Amino acid sequence: MKSSPVDQKPSAIMETGEHSMNQELKSSLQIKGIREGLLISLGDGSFQDARSQLLAHIDGQATFFRGARLALDTGGMQVNAADLGNLRDQLSERGVSLWAVLSREHLTETTARMLGMETRLADIKSEKPEPALNTPPSENGNAILVHKTLRSGTHLEHDGHVTVIGDVNPGAEVSATGSVVVWGRLLGSVHAGSRGDEKAIICALEMSPTYIHIAGLITQPRPHKGKLLPELARIVDDTIIVEVWQS
Amino acid sequence: MSAKAITITSGKGGVGKTTATANLAVALASLNQKVVCIDGDIGLRNLDVVMGLENRIVYDLVDVIEGRCRLRQAMIRDKRMPELHLIPAAQTRDKSSVSPSDMVKLVDELREENDWILLDSPAGIERGFRNAIAPADEVIVITNPEVSAVRDADRIIGLIEAEEKGPARLIINRLNPTMIKHGDMLSADDVLELLAIELLGIIPEDEAVMVSTNRGTPVALEEKNPAAKAFHNIARRLMGETVPMLEFEGHSDFLGRLSHLFKS
Repeated sequence: MKSSPVDQKPSAIMETGEHSMNQELKSSLQIKGIREGLLISLGDGSFQDARSQLLAHIDGQATFFRGARLALDTGGMQVNAADLGNLRDQLSERGVSLWAVLSREHLTETTARMLGMETRLADIKSEKPEPALNTPPSENGNAILVHKTLRSGTHLEHDGHVTVIGDVNPGAEVSATGSVVVWGRLLGSVHAGSRGDEKAIICALEMSPTYIHIAGLITQPRPHKGKLLPELARIVDDTIIVEVWQS
Repeated sequence: MSAKAITITSGKGGVGKTTATANLAVALASLNQKVVCIDGDIGLRNLDVVMGLENRIVYDLVDVIEGRCRLRQAMIRDKRMPELHLIPAAQTRDKSSVSPSDMVKLVDELREENDWILLDSPAGIERGFRNAIAPADEVIVITNPEVSAVRDADRIIGLIEAEEKGPARLIINRLNPTMIKHGDMLSADDVLELLAIELLGIIPEDEAVMVSTNRGTPVALEEKNPAAKAFHNIARRLMGETVPMLEFEGHSDFLGRLSHLFKS
């Protein structure tokens, strides 16, 4: 596709509104390897231009990209569902699976979510444009705070520790390489130490999960009798034990 | 005048979206409000049946969107309530005949001359749901006091938040006080504890609702029945009035709680 601004497709489809001002084509693709596969930033041009650049680039190195899991950073672009779905199809024809779209645009995020893609690398908003992907996960280096109730259908995945202030409802899932603290009711499911850390723990003000998973072990705590107290789950001798939390 | 667009949705099917839409429309119209209902369930329409307007359909929603008729022509006036209109869904098409932006445009066209636009959403979280919530100023989530319905309501509430259409308000439908008393049904408190959104009202389980639905005369047309009263109260709450919850709407009583406690 040529780079002239008139080439832009009219953006009448779906509720995406106006495209941003036309810009000259810059070769602004940035590709880097991340834990989850590849992250490609499309830069600031039009989506149509970026798409053809991307596809051309992938075609140029077909063997490298075949089988890749791709996250796309679309920056401030507004991408409508038809375009995004189309791109995903074109990528999948090339053996590349588009699993996440990162965007500063709410509409683009919504669109991506509608198409069943993730919109966060760790399902968490990265305020900084470049999250500290290169720093190795340390004891306390990479923790996040999620201040909302996770409703059914939410999947939160994070490399590090997770604290949820709110409930984790039935049908919601949290998965962390570190520990998980729920300042609320844990009714859904949690996987702590998802990469095998047996020191990971799970705490909740009310521990009534669908199941909990620490490293390679899984359990379903027995339902409560009597007063509800904060509880802590950890691995002792290859078993997950759940105890009332004593300060 | 600028109408408020409200979408009634649930996630799970069969919890009473359509019945609630019809009855809220009647209740609002009886408060001298100009109301238009839109059946968003393209391909499985039944708001027209519940409202008893089935045999008056000439044009439908898809006809309007595809330009085969004017908006006015697809609006069926309810003769019992002069300020109440229905735009029926197409029966021979499917959800993909309409896009969210079509719905926004259609509703915007109706805003000028009405007070309320009620959109009956189809079950599910796919295209039909997105079509139905796209034009909404507010979303009402309806659920039954059943675990599966509440689970789906929770999911839907999350999706509504993600679409920035929240916070949604809740109607609990088909509550059976006797069953709650025996600890056999979730109480309103149980439902609210999980969903944590504002309660707009509770409709008691009532055979009269089913009978009236089959007859095509929404129960809200007769004010005496408890379910009808509940719908009228919700309409008044939508209008901004503070209306206390009805007796049965009250939260589970002491005995109910106790038995519940022993069960768990």
